[in-house]
Amino acid sequence: MSISADVVKSMNNRPAEERILDFLEVEQGLSEESAVLEALRCMGCPRPRCKSGCPVNIDIPAFINEIAQNNFRNAARLLKKENMLPAICGRVCPQENQCEGLCILGIKSKPVRIGALERFVADWERENGVETPDVAPSTGKNVAVVGSGPAGITAASELARAGHSVTIFESLHKAGGVMSYGIPEFRLPKEIVNAEIDQVLSLGVDLKLNHIVGRSITSEELLAYDAVFIGTGAGLPYFMGIEGENLNGVYSANEFLTRVNLMHANVFPEYDTPVIQGSSVAVVGGGNVAMDSARVAKRMGAKVYLIYRRREEDLPAREAEAANAIEEGIEFICCANPTKILGGPAVSGIECVRMNMCELDESGRPCPVPVEGEEGKFTLNVDVVIEAIGQGPNPLLASLIPGLKRGKKGNIIVDENGRTSIHHVFAGGDIATGAATVIEAMGTAKKAAQSINEMLK
Amino acid sequence: MAYTIKKATEIADKIFEVWIDAPHVAHNACAGQFVVIRTDESGERIPLTISATDGDLVRIVFMAVGKTTTQLSDLVSGDTIQDIAGPLGQPSEVKRWGRCVVIGGGVGIACLPILARELKAIGNEVIGIIGARNETLLLLEDELSAACDELVICTDDGSKGFHGFPADILKQKLEEKTIDAVWIIGPAIMMKITSIATLPKKVKTFVSLNPIMVDGTGMCGSCRVTIGGETKFACVDGPEFDAHLVDWDGLMQRQRIYPEQERQSLELYHEHKCRCGEKHE
Repeated sequence: MSISADVVKSMNNRPAEERILDFLEVEQGLSEESAVLEALRCMGCPRPRCKSGCPVNIDIPAFINEIAQNNFRNAARLLKKENMLPAICGRVCPQENQCEGLCILGIKSKPVRIGALERFVADWERENGVETPDVAPSTGKNVAVVGSGPAGITAASELARAGHSVTIFESLHKAGGVMSYGIPEFRLPKEIVNAEIDQVLSLGVDLKLNHIVGRSITSEELLAYDAVFIGTGAGLPYFMGIEGENLNGVYSANEFLTRVNLMHANVFPEYDTPVIQGSSVAVVGGGNVAMDSARVAKRMGAKVYLIYRRREEDLPAREAEAANAIEEGIEFICCANPTKILGGPAVSGIECVRMNMCELDESGRPCPVPVEGEEGKFTLNVDVVIEAIGQGPNPLLASLIPGLKRGKKGNIIVDENGRTSIHHVFAGGDIATGAATVIEAMGTAKKAAQSINEMLK
Repeated sequence: MAYTIKKATEIADKIFEVWIDAPHVAHNACAGQFVVIRTDESGERIPLTISATDGDLVRIVFMAVGKTTTQLSDLVSGDTIQDIAGPLGQPSEVKRWGRCVVIGGGVGIACLPILARELKAIGNEVIGIIGARNETLLLLEDELSAACDELVICTDDGSKGFHGFPADILKQKLEEKTIDAVWIIGPAIMMKITSIATLPKKVKTFVSLNPIMVDGTGMCGSCRVTIGGETKFACVDGPEFDAHLVDWDGLMQRQRIYPEQERQSLELYHEHKCRCGEKHE
């Protein structure tokens, strides 16, 4: 097994056999004592490498120094100066590839646990009284933000703090985007998402739910704002295009996760939205969304297979998430690809082919090629199939705004400042970059919001 | 945020019209579009076609069959629902076709007024055909006779109007006159069978598909339908499609994913209502 057990050990997780029975948070936070001890490990480098790895430019050594001195309040102020969603980022950022991956201590031993410290400070503030950051005097300018996911919320907070009057349009009945419908409760409790979004709203941001831009408000009404930020995300689910894909019991990961996370189908009939409770579930894909889907299905009582076409070491998911999934009893079937979903009208199985790894492709990973003949084929008996093979930019809004230039994959084309082909319209997050992480979306949104602030001066 | 019911009436047997105060939907709604509503915090998101608008108000018409529609039917003027999102979906292809036939079956009749008015407003001749199992299930006859140049009423049992199906009248009209476009809105099986009539003369025929949806904005793929061999999402690519390209069996199969859960949900709601001893909470 190539996923290292060390990754799991270094986390402060609830035992697997206990946590698979509920949707409560898996990773537990640091106590005050351990947070201070961890903070004291930071060397306070004069030219900190960690900071350059942070997409939202948090002054990492400075906030850690405050923790080390027991000044949690100051630490919170420093964090929120750059990032209004620290409790979320502390939980879901891939720190191993960012700040922690660059920490000098990591060369000889373990890096400072920056993510855990960020989370600690944010949780501490939430429990000990939240301070609303200062808002600049009103500029009299109106800015529209489309979408209330990580990008939209980040842009709204930057814009509101600069004194603009900000209106967020959200198509769903709840704010948060992927943080509400996508990432499960056990990885990111909704209470925390709600609390951080409420902090941004308390800056005076107006949130309009159930509003579809281009429909509920027209593109002319949208373009009448002094500036517009679009952060509509990567909401378009891809399907494999194999036989049997429309059988009852085949879900996109987006649908499955939305039914459970946003609509609470896991506690049907207390909530009205149903989902098929599979006894045996196949999740297709190897990213974080696949891990989330598999772990949700497991918590609903199913035997879960995860089918991934490359090798285990090629999994695009965070190593920690894959390790968590393995620990929870998800059976990984790597080097395999589904060819057909069996059944009618309900799913009864999934036919797969084993894959041989050949020469490296353009991504630097070995190219998977199906094994010829009968020996390569196998079938799993499953009653639910969840496809988590990626999402594209949500095409709806962009197609409704004339003059907005889009790339081949449907993403909105932006320049280095986040500006689109329309002068006062900016975009950030997955709609501009293609599917990425929460923090990358926040980074591009922050950049775009700063460009808007600059333009409106 | 909650949205207020301004008027709620039973207009036919178990069929209700509800006017909801939702300016964000009403102001830009077009024929063919729909809303997604959620009655309360624990409610399901369900799509309903927009039947008419009046100022800030949106009218939806539905038959009380499942939990959500039964709960909606229990609401009275002044009550609220938690959410209404829209208008969603592509508007109907309203242009100068010439002579159009709009056909409604059962509760699908409710989708016709807005469509007939839009078609007529730009100079089309509009023939309406509406059908139901019997007289007690017919609706909006007066409104439709005003909106159409001609309205033909059919019932399966002959209790009112022509004794037979809208498809019979459609065939007759196709023989008598040149028809340039046809809309058929109703249960899937009715749309499937009725649309066969326009095949020989290849008359452009639209149907409004109603698969199960969740978000209604193209994010989940629950409403995927096969149109001319291609996968489309009814919520953003439709809900109206060319009738002659629809994979009807696929659609009907995917409409029946949760029969057991739907039954359970409704039973629980009835039980709860009995325990509370009143019409609504």
